[in-house]
Amino acid sequence: MVDQINIALRRVPAWVLYLVAPLPVLTIYYLGLTDALGIDPAKRIEHELGLWSLWLVIAGLAITPLRRWAGLNLLKFRRAIGVITFFYLLAHLLTWLVLDVQFQNVWADIVKRWYITVGMLAFVLMIPLAVTSNDLSLKRLGAGTWRGLHKLIYPIAVLGALHFLLLVKGFQWEPIVYAAIIVGLLACRVRLNRLPRFRMSRQT
Amino acid sequence: GGIAGALPRSAAAQNSLEPNTFEEITNYCNYYEFGTGKEDPARNAHRLTIDPWTVRIDGLVDKPGDYSFADILSQMTVEERIYRFRCVEAWSMVIPWNGFELADLLNWVGVQSNAKYVAFETALRPDEMPGVSSRVLDWPYVEGLRIDEAMHPLTMMATGIYGKDIPKQNGAPMRLVVPWKYGFKSIKSVVRISLVEEEPPASWNVANPREYGFYSNVNPEVDHPRWSQATERRIGSGLFAKREPTLMFNGYEEEVAGLYDGMDLRTFF
Repeated sequence: MVDQINIALRRVPAWVLYLVAPLPVLTIYYLGLTDALGIDPAKRIEHELGLWSLWLVIAGLAITPLRRWAGLNLLKFRRAIGVITFFYLLAHLLTWLVLDVQFQNVWADIVKRWYITVGMLAFVLMIPLAVTSNDLSLKRLGAGTWRGLHKLIYPIAVLGALHFLLLVKGFQWEPIVYAAIIVGLLACRVRLNRLPRFRMSRQT
Repeated sequence: GGIAGALPRSAAAQNSLEPNTFEEITNYCNYYEFGTGKEDPARNAHRLTIDPWTVRIDGLVDKPGDYSFADILSQMTVEERIYRFRCVEAWSMVIPWNGFELADLLNWVGVQSNAKYVAFETALRPDEMPGVSSRVLDWPYVEGLRIDEAMHPLTMMATGIYGKDIPKQNGAPMRLVVPWKYGFKSIKSVVRISLVEEEPPASWNVANPREYGFYSNVNPEVDHPRWSQATERRIGSGLFAKREPTLMFNGYEEEVAGLYDGMDLRTFF
């Protein structure tokens, strides 16, 4: 079953993702403009794009565990997912800036309001990843440095989860579930046997 | 009911405000007992049984007891009041309420002189309220007002919107409306009103005292820790509508500022 999926996916080029990626954001905006997103479309658009950003972060982080434990090989799509994540984050941020707060007290909000500080930091950390998401940068930086740089997605994911946790009112499960998924996906990467090996090498 | 006679002039001038549509008012609600989404209450509140409905009025009153909603209504004069409604989340609406002054109800049951505060409680019906299985707040939802706030002529118990019975998602059959305070003070589906001597607990204040004060008067100068209260988004004015400045006491400064003379509104927020 997994083998069949892997074989089928071999024929799908990664650029297909860039073709379909704008569809959700266009749909969300179309629905917002045609009064199909309820009573407060601006807030709804902002929220939906924020959720899409989180889903994309989770999708990107799921690729390695899926390969290791399910044998599903989606590696060639990972960079496209990352780039698309950046654009959804950007769309989320622009919606907040233009439709919601309308550029009022933006700097004060970023400095004063924790959930905005955290969200903004996640976006800023994402910029170098977006900028270096091309073969030329990979060649220039070298595979090791490039890979190290792109591990920034781990703190970005944590900041994204925290952003959601900090913004809800009262005790709510939804952001906790997202945070648990992200922490779980990051925990998959901690190989327990690494720790003793690291200690031993220090002793020598 | 003669609204012009009962209200100070500037509040009557509020009638020139353009009310939101019935659809907007009834499909964009915060009523966490029916879910935390804005559309959850409209979807889920139909389960609430509102007939029969009893309100317990107790504490420091001359005539304590369990009053049926019908009994209360038969004693009150229902009139229309078009009020601004400002949510603590920095959005706002204009709502044409129908209802009566809370003072009329309190005078009917007789408030004793040592009563300093009024405590309110919302119905808690786990079988009818899917939201209460999640501990978003410590149910039942409770709120409170100082006695002078409760007796103020702007403070009302709403029983209708646009001349229709108040929909369940908006707090049927009877809810408080305090137009100069953030919306969460205007407690819905009231089952208990107690006249008390000490400041009663208020749900959001208990849940997060740093963010929600007991008074929670609309104040553009005192920000919520997580967002500015200086401006608001008027619901229903379109995707690209400009934010509007928030008015001190939500535009009712002339009528209510005197209630807080000598109080530091940054401390008593």
